[in-house]
Amino acid sequence: MWSVSLETEDLNRRLLRARDAMDRAYAEPLDVSAVAAVAHMSEAHFSRTFRAVFGETPHRYLQRRRVERSMFLLRETGRSVTDICLDVGFTSLGTFSRTFREIVGQSPSTYRMDHGPMEAPACVQMMAMRPLGAPGAQSAAR
Amino acid sequence: MINKLNVATVWVLDKQQALDFYVDKLGLEVGSDVKQGPYRWLTVRVPTDPGFEISLEQPGPPIHDEATADQLRDLITKGALSGLVLLTDDVRALYETLQARGVTDFTQEPTDHFYGTDMGIRDPFGNGIRILQHK
Repeated sequence: MWSVSLETEDLNRRLLRARDAMDRAYAEPLDVSAVAAVAHMSEAHFSRTFRAVFGETPHRYLQRRRVERSMFLLRETGRSVTDICLDVGFTSLGTFSRTFREIVGQSPSTYRMDHGPMEAPACVQMMAMRPLGAPGAQSAAR
Repeated sequence: MINKLNVATVWVLDKQQALDFYVDKLGLEVGSDVKQGPYRWLTVRVPTDPGFEISLEQPGPPIHDEATADQLRDLITKGALSGLVLLTDDVRALYETLQARGVTDFTQEPTDHFYGTDMGIRDPFGNGIRILQHK
């Protein structure tokens, strides 16, 4: 038997608020202390508890959010891979391509060739189309 | 033959706090508010669409044993449970109104799409709410 105290509920809610902040500002450079401040926590405490509650570190969560957003733009728009890389907050095309391939299992251009627009509301796509990660990517992330 | 949707459930941590949010801030109205012993049957609805009600349910006795209730509270506050999509005829004006009423948890500010404009908020407990204005 385990119990969830008021503190745990409050902690979850604060972490969720911080996660929402990352989802709003994904295209900007990550300021972990600012995000941790949304949760009213120190950086170290935030990183640890975020991972315990949501199953991955804030850095990894943001990385996968950026890749998800790039997948959306690749499906929905004709913007160049380079432009999309910058649109979603990566600063180097090399890093973006490598990260994309590691998480999605194919290059951005191959992904674009294989996927057309999805007929579902934008909010649903943002919530539901987060990449799981290529086989082995999850364990690498942890 | 099924004719209509009648009631759907949103899981909240506290029904009174939920009323403050869904009625006073979001602008819904109370449907039913009936107390019998430890249970409060509480629903809210859109004033101009009274046929569909949202039942605000709270984990705990008499419905749930404590272990189940704890699991529900954990999921609610992680944002992993209920979601709602509401329609409005002016999402940008509603955004201003919600801010004036003290709503602070905006997951997404009003954003245009080809199908209309939408925004996202969360209730105090973690439930996501999307508000959409069709084109």
